[in-house]
Amino acid sequence: MARKISMKQAINEALDQEMARDPSVIVMGEDIVGGAGGDGERDAWGGVLGVTKGLYAKHGDRLMDTPLSESAYIGAAIGAAACGMRPVAELMFIDFMGVCFDQIYNQAAKFRYMFGGKAQTPVVIRTMVGAGFRAAAQHSQMLTPLFTHIPGLKVVCPSTPYDTKGLLIQSIRDNDPVIFCEHKNLYGIEGEVPEASYTIPFGEANVVREGKGCSIVTYGLMVHRSLDAAAALAKEGVECEVIDLRTLSPLDIDTVLESVTKTGRLVCVDEASPRCSIAADVSAQVAQQAFGALKGPIEMVTPPHVPVPFSPPLEDAYIPSAAQIAAAVKRTFAGGKH
Amino acid sequence: MAGNPFPLDKAGLLTAYRKMRTIREFEERLHVDFGRGDIPGFVHLYAGEEAAGVGIISHLGDGDRVASTHRGHGHCIAKGVNVVEMMKEIYGKKDGACHGKGGSMHIADLDKGMLGANGILGAGAPLACGAALAAKFRKKGEVAISFVGDGASNQGTFLESLNLAAVWNLPAIFVVENNGYAESTSRDYGVAVDSYVDRAAGFGLPGVTVDGTDFFAVYEAAGEIIRRAREGGGPSLLECKMVRFHGHFEGDAQTYRGTGEIDDIRANKDCLKKFSAAVTGAGVIKADELKAIDHEVLGLIEGAVKEAKAAPLPTVADLTTDVYVRY
Repeated sequence: MARKISMKQAINEALDQEMARDPSVIVMGEDIVGGAGGDGERDAWGGVLGVTKGLYAKHGDRLMDTPLSESAYIGAAIGAAACGMRPVAELMFIDFMGVCFDQIYNQAAKFRYMFGGKAQTPVVIRTMVGAGFRAAAQHSQMLTPLFTHIPGLKVVCPSTPYDTKGLLIQSIRDNDPVIFCEHKNLYGIEGEVPEASYTIPFGEANVVREGKGCSIVTYGLMVHRSLDAAAALAKEGVECEVIDLRTLSPLDIDTVLESVTKTGRLVCVDEASPRCSIAADVSAQVAQQAFGALKGPIEMVTPPHVPVPFSPPLEDAYIPSAAQIAAAVKRTFAGGKH
Repeated sequence: MAGNPFPLDKAGLLTAYRKMRTIREFEERLHVDFGRGDIPGFVHLYAGEEAAGVGIISHLGDGDRVASTHRGHGHCIAKGVNVVEMMKEIYGKKDGACHGKGGSMHIADLDKGMLGANGILGAGAPLACGAALAAKFRKKGEVAISFVGDGASNQGTFLESLNLAAVWNLPAIFVVENNGYAESTSRDYGVAVDSYVDRAAGFGLPGVTVDGTDFFAVYEAAGEIIRRAREGGGPSLLECKMVRFHGHFEGDAQTYRGTGEIDDIRANKDCLKKFSAAVTGAGVIKADELKAIDHEVLGLIEGAVKEAKAAPLPTVADLTTDVYVRY
């Protein structure tokens, strides 16, 4: 039996092991060590939430604190990747991507294609996503669809410590640019994680609960809400199959189609805004490729089309709940063929 | 014969001249062929600016990286990218430098240290910081050069990169190619300070301004700051004051120019004429030797155009390849 560690520790361990294995892996970001240039403690923070704490002692100057200057250092990570390094750049919150988006979607994402296959850009951009932290509109978004939309980028959003370690190591070894989305409300969850290094391939969804009644397709924090909904529904005799996509680009649509073919029903759960979301994308692909298998209407559970609010009752109402997911599952039965 | 007063030996001078002449012929030929409708898309020409690109890049090897601009043909040629493959790329051909997927604004050759022309103004500066960072880890004394125009020198990416390079003491050189115009807008309108040396100082970098139409001034200034960067002395800014013979893009009527301006710069600020006058005047190179190069380059460009026109186009099967290394 593997020991249990938190998602935060899983990230730290993945970085540590890859830095030890491959000298071209470097890590940069704002306050990822902390205390640079001051009179006090070095490694004062280890990242704003302490994810990279302790790595400086082992790997020294291969961890670089950056100025508050996202365009410059995210671009530098991309440039260094095109010149033989494997940088892991931390961009504190995905909400800050707007500041440096050009470097990601016009530069990193396009080098390989634009240069006729002669470039590779093995950069990983680690970033926090998601609501529930009372962090308000500019520190809480789930912007996964923005990046999934761009050809040339890969997008990962794990839900467990085990997947986090394996997918982060895969991201670092991968030769394409990866946006690695870490849900800030999952940092504390614990799970079994082997100490040895391992990878999880991209584009392989995980069926986290099997069932014949309805497929629930989701990722990130919503995997846990969906499992809660499935447990509640099971008591009422409805067996749901819960699919954790794990990577949004590439997307394992085959596992989704297989499940919907079995269940005949689909609920897509997404913490991103509803329009042009992962939920909308999966819904459209299923409608297009498995329409004949559907016994009821496809349902989507997402936040409303509003910015993330601050006040606790508003934010709680914003984030999709297990009750909303269960209600959506019931609607696929009520409105459909029997 | 008099002694050689120049910082390069005769062979070096001839090589520099050949590079500059190749760029000039390449660009003037594109001007004509674009006007005839032979070339798809946007084309931005470097004619008139050759002394800057060649004066700087002459100091570089393949391990030194260049992040170029939308006006990148000159930097590519100076960096040693194959001229025929470049021409094919501009014509959108399958065996162009980027298999026809990049075009004029995205020519790259990473094996030659050319990180690409770039369609986004100022975007090359952070990339050059990254190339310089990689060089710092490699510890072989390599450097990275970021070119921007006077227009893109106002982009946040450029200004942030000056700071980052200074903070990390990167072997990076930021070259402002000041041709006086950001597209149609005068530099004096769009840049609030008179001197880029002042701007560099604001970020803690040494800066130098040179006459970018004077190959030797560029060559000597670049040599000094590149040597310093190789030795761990950190980043610098080099402003080259230069002239643009053509419009911002091909098809630009250039009504924003003053009367007689183009005639004046072609007559009095042509870097190739100045170079030729200097080396023949000093008796180091004979006019006939330069003419022989002119003739040779003309043949090279003529051949490149012929090959480019005859080369096969990409097929629909190429549309979806090379998006990812593996997906």
